[in-house]
Amino acid sequence: MRVLVLIPGPLRQTAGNQAKLEVDLPEPATLGALLDHLAERYPLLDRRLRDERAGLRRYVNFYVDGEECRRLSGPDTSLGPDAEVRILPSVAGG
Amino acid sequence: MHLLAIGTRKGLWLATSADRASWSLSGPHHPMTEVYAVAIDHRRDRPRLLVGTSSSHFGPTVVTSDDLGVTWDEPDHAPIAFPADTSLERVWQLALTPDPEVVYAGTQPSALFRSEDGGRTYSLVEGLWKHPHREQWGAGFGGQAVHTVLPDPVDPLKLTVAMSTGGVYRTFDGGSSWEASNTGIKAYFLPDPYPEFGQCVHKVSRHPSRPERLFLQNHHGVYRSDDAGGTWTSIADGLPADFGFAMVSHPHDPDVIYNFPLTADGERFPPGGRCAVYRSADAGASWEALREGLPDGFWTAVMRDAMCVDAARPAGVYFGSRSGEVYASADEGESWQRIAEHLPDVVCVRAAEV
Repeated sequence: MRVLVLIPGPLRQTAGNQAKLEVDLPEPATLGALLDHLAERYPLLDRRLRDERAGLRRYVNFYVDGEECRRLSGPDTSLGPDAEVRILPSVAGG
Repeated sequence: MHLLAIGTRKGLWLATSADRASWSLSGPHHPMTEVYAVAIDHRRDRPRLLVGTSSSHFGPTVVTSDDLGVTWDEPDHAPIAFPADTSLERVWQLALTPDPEVVYAGTQPSALFRSEDGGRTYSLVEGLWKHPHREQWGAGFGGQAVHTVLPDPVDPLKLTVAMSTGGVYRTFDGGSSWEASNTGIKAYFLPDPYPEFGQCVHKVSRHPSRPERLFLQNHHGVYRSDDAGGTWTSIADGLPADFGFAMVSHPHDPDVIYNFPLTADGERFPPGGRCAVYRSADAGASWEALREGLPDGFWTAVMRDAMCVDAARPAGVYFGSRSGEVYASADEGESWQRIAEHLPDVVCVRAAEV
């Protein structure tokens, strides 16, 4: 199945200067599996999104079909066919 | 050209000067990242800048530049990574060694990493990470970190580190085994004020020509060791306060050290709000205040790595404040000028001729 990933401006340089990535994943798929897949192609992007424990960085949000993944199942959130994963830095800092 | 790298809470600035009288500033490089660690590596043909950055959104990393900040390079895979159950929070120190390919990094949480490719990628020094004391090392206000790394200038097997809290540790076998090295350093905040370890050491410095002599700013207390950290004695007499963060050795004279006293743990301003660097020319036996060109009403502080020297003759001395000002002296601290202001909090400065 195919998933659409939307990359925020500050991270596009780490994703081949692309704003959108279309990723083919085997079913069933999860957000974590998507990030593992992206890590192989774009390891620098992955480091911006997850720490070395594969934990999601606290101030990066992952909206799965419009819902932030932490209100779902975090990295275990299921991705359906044609899912849209929008990555957005959260509001933080001063 | 003289280069001063200024690490702040929101990026890196680079100041350059031909004469150390007028300076021009570029930046921010790596905006909105905390820059707690900078090294200017001139052991190679082209000087290399090594910078530890930490983004509150995207995490910490180490970047390098071989063209003095025009372009930056970062490995695809994490240059510093812990074992799977721990994550890197911040790089506090990047320390060069006599071997041009070897660089050490001190980190938060408290650990030491070693690079053998000129500071691009690092591996964990397992001996310190597995030290039985580690689970008792605590976190100061700035976090739990190895913030000071002092490779021996001659013997690659010898290395001294300092952490808050935990204190001073040293190895004589290249990092396989480590011993606490805090005899005489007070930890007033613990039931036993002179424990084997647990001290909140803020900074340690030494001069390469006298590697057995160390100078230390503690969380209250200023000390010297003449036996490579085996024992410590107070050199606080003559200072207006024994609290502070910075401790810097003169580049050429092993008897000369610089310190920036703050009133107390509970009053982290220079005494009376009078900005002053203190210099000892006799290894801490006596101190003199250096104030020419420095302001009064200076209700701010100088952090542990926010003071440094260059290697010129006469030596340049530099410091930055939490209020975003940077002061420079081209005459060993006798007189000062402000070379930058309105920057974010300065947490690190490093100077070199490039």
